[in-house]
Amino acid sequence: MQLIRNGEFVADDFATVGDEDALPDGAVIVSLERWQKERDALTARNTPLGVRLKSGQEPSAIAEDIDKLKVVALEFPVYRNGRAYSYARLLRERHGYKGEIRAVGNVLRDQFHFMVRCGFDALEVADNITPEIWAESVGAFSLSYQPATDGREPVLSLRQRLAARASAREAV
Amino acid sequence: MYRYDEFDYQIVNERVAQFRGQVARRLSGELTEDEFKPLRLMNGVYLQLHAYMLRVAIPYGTLSSKQLRMLAHIGRKYDRGYGHFTTRQNLQYNWPALKDMPDLLHDLATVEMHAIQTSGNCIRNVTSDQYAGAAKDEIEDPRIVSEIIRQWSTFHPEFSFLPRKFKIAVSGTPDDRAAIRVHDIGIQIVRDGKGAIGYEIYVGGGLGRTPMIGKKIADFVPKEDLLAYLEAIMRVYNMYGRRDNIYKARIKILVHEIGAEEMKRQVDAEFAEIRKTGALHLPAEEVARIQAYFAPPAYETLPDESTELNKAVLADRDFANWVKSNVAAHKVPGYAIVNISLKPIGGTPGDCSSDQMDAVADIAEKYSFDELRVTHEQNLTLADVRKKDLPAVHAALKAAGLATANINLITDQIACPGLDYCALANARSIPLAQQISERFSDLDRQHDIGELKINTSGCINACGHHHVGHIGILGVDKKGVEYYQVTLGGAADEKTAIGDIVGPAFTEEQIVDAIETIVTTYLSLRQPGERFIDTYRRTGIDPFKESLYATH
Repeated sequence: MQLIRNGEFVADDFATVGDEDALPDGAVIVSLERWQKERDALTARNTPLGVRLKSGQEPSAIAEDIDKLKVVALEFPVYRNGRAYSYARLLRERHGYKGEIRAVGNVLRDQFHFMVRCGFDALEVADNITPEIWAESVGAFSLSYQPATDGREPVLSLRQRLAARASAREAV
Repeated sequence: MYRYDEFDYQIVNERVAQFRGQVARRLSGELTEDEFKPLRLMNGVYLQLHAYMLRVAIPYGTLSSKQLRMLAHIGRKYDRGYGHFTTRQNLQYNWPALKDMPDLLHDLATVEMHAIQTSGNCIRNVTSDQYAGAAKDEIEDPRIVSEIIRQWSTFHPEFSFLPRKFKIAVSGTPDDRAAIRVHDIGIQIVRDGKGAIGYEIYVGGGLGRTPMIGKKIADFVPKEDLLAYLEAIMRVYNMYGRRDNIYKARIKILVHEIGAEEMKRQVDAEFAEIRKTGALHLPAEEVARIQAYFAPPAYETLPDESTELNKAVLADRDFANWVKSNVAAHKVPGYAIVNISLKPIGGTPGDCSSDQMDAVADIAEKYSFDELRVTHEQNLTLADVRKKDLPAVHAALKAAGLATANINLITDQIACPGLDYCALANARSIPLAQQISERFSDLDRQHDIGELKINTSGCINACGHHHVGHIGILGVDKKGVEYYQVTLGGAADEKTAIGDIVGPAFTEEQIVDAIETIVTTYLSLRQPGERFIDTYRRTGIDPFKESLYATH
C-alpha cells in the first residue's frame, strides 16, 4: 500500500489500529466504534486523530466531532460499492469538514478521477501505481458537466462565460 | 436536434483516448478479463455467448441522417452488415472485435456519438417519446430536458457506482409513449395553474424479476430545480439502496421497503439542502441554449387534407393498410408522423441492415428534415413528413424492404435477444417471435385483431418487457427444457399495469397455439370498438384461463 496525498506519494504518518490493539504513540486512525467508546481518552492524547467509516456508517455519525479529526478514512469494501462518494461530498459540502478525506479499501486507478472530484484528497493505492499512472488517471477528463466538491467549473458555466465574452466583444 | 460544442467534443474524445488505453492493457495481457470487466462495462462493451457486444447510445432516440449513415458504415466495417435496435432506443452490434473497438468509438465520435451510459451501474442513457416535437398534445419537447439530464449525468463522479443500473424516461404528453412508470425515475412534463412548466416525478418503477409501477413523489418540481431534485433522489438511493443482493438493488426495492412516503420525505430533505447551495440551479440561458437546438423545423403552411394522399389511399391497398397502421397524427396541418416497422414477418425484431439504414437516412434527409427517431418498441420514426409525400416515402421504404404495415398490431412484437445471443437467457425469444409472426402474417387478420402488443423475454430479467405486454411471454427453464409462461393485461402507457400470469407454462410446441387461443377468445368476447386490452380489462382473466386450460 502507498499513500497519495494531494497528488504526492508520501509516507503515511498515521497508524491504523484495530479495535483490540494497544494504541501506539503518535497519530492514529481508529474505527467509528472505538472512537465512540473511547472518545475522551483518544482526545486527551493530544495527537492527531482519524476515524475510519465503513460502508453504511454515515458521516452524520461524526458530524459533532469533525473539528477534532484530522483524517476521515472512507472504506470502499469493493470498487462497485460507491456509497463513500456520497459520504465524501456530505462531509465537505454539508458538514464543512476541512481535514483529510482518505479513500481506503478497493481503490482502483480508474476511479481516482471520480474520488478527487468528490472531495477525497488522500488515497491508499496498490503498490503498482506509479506517479505516471496517477497523473493519467486523475487527469483523464479535463472537463466536467456537473458541479461537485472539487470546485472545478462545470461546462455549463464555461459556456456562459464564453457567451458573455462573445457578447462583450460584439458590444465593442 | 442537439449539436456538440467544443466542450462536448472534448469530453467524448477524451473518453475514446481513455478506452483505447484500457483496451491496449487488456490486449497486452496486462489486464485479465476479470480486471477488464469493470472498465468495458463503463463503455457499453458486454461479453456475450459468442463474442463481445457493443451498445451505442442514441440519446433519447434521436438521430440525424448523417449519424445513421455512420451506424450503417460501422455495421459494414466492424460487424456483419447490420445492427440491432433495442428497447432502450440504443443500437447494438453483436460481432465487433475488441481490437477494433477504439477505432469504432473514434468513428462514432466524429458524428457526435458514443457508448457512454449504455452499461454499468450508472445513470443510463435517458429515453423519451419518439413523437417528441410532433405530438399533438405536447406540453414541451421532452428532448430539451433529456439533453440537460444527459449532460448532468455523464461521468457523474458521485453516481458512477450505484447499487444497480439506473434508468430515467421523460414524457412530454399526457399519452405516455416513453413507459415512464416502469423506469427508476419517470418524468412527466406538466403545466401548473399559472402556466409554468415543471415536472411530475415518479420513482421506483421497473420490470425485471420484481416488476413494480413507479410511485409519484412530486407533483411539480420547477424547471430550474430539476437537477437538484434528481441529485437528491440519486443521493438517497446511492446511500440507502441495497448492495447485499443484486436482485434487490434497484431503487424500486428501496421504495418498496421504506414506502413511497418515506422516500418522498428523505428526497425532500436532501433536495432542500442541495437547493440551498444553488450549485445545481439551472440557468434559464442554458435551457434556452439547448431549447434552440430543438426549435421546430421550417414547416410549410399546408392544407391539412392532401389530395395526393387521398388518391393514393384509394388506388393502392398496400399503401392504405400502411397508412392505417404506420402513420400517426401530427400537430402541424398537412404533416404526418411515419413509423417504420423493424418487424417484418418472420424477421428478428429490431434488426436493421446497413443498406436499410442508408435507405432510411436518405428518406429522412429528403422527406423529414434530416432527422429520425428510434422507438422503445424497436422501430424507427420519421417525425415530420408532408402528407403529400407519404406515397413517395412508402415506395422508398418498400424498395428497402421496410414497408411492413404492422405498427401496434400483433406482429409488431418486442423481443429480447434471448438464448441465441445472451448468456443469461433460459429460452429462445427471437425464433418464438418469428413463429408468432408467421402464424399471424395475414394482414387482414392482423387489422381485424387490432392493437395488440406481444412482448417476449428469454429470462426473468425481462429485457423484452414481458410484464407490460398485452400478452407477455417469459422463457423459463425447467430441468433443461424451455417453457413459456404467459401473462395477460400488461401495459406500459399512462395506464401502466403488470400482466397477470394466466396459468401453467406452455412447451415450445404449445406456445404458438396458446397465443392463437388467446386471440380467438378475445375476438369472441370483444364488443364493438374494443381493443384486446379493453376487452381484457372488462372481462378479466377467467374466460382466457377457461379456453386455454379447460380442454387440456
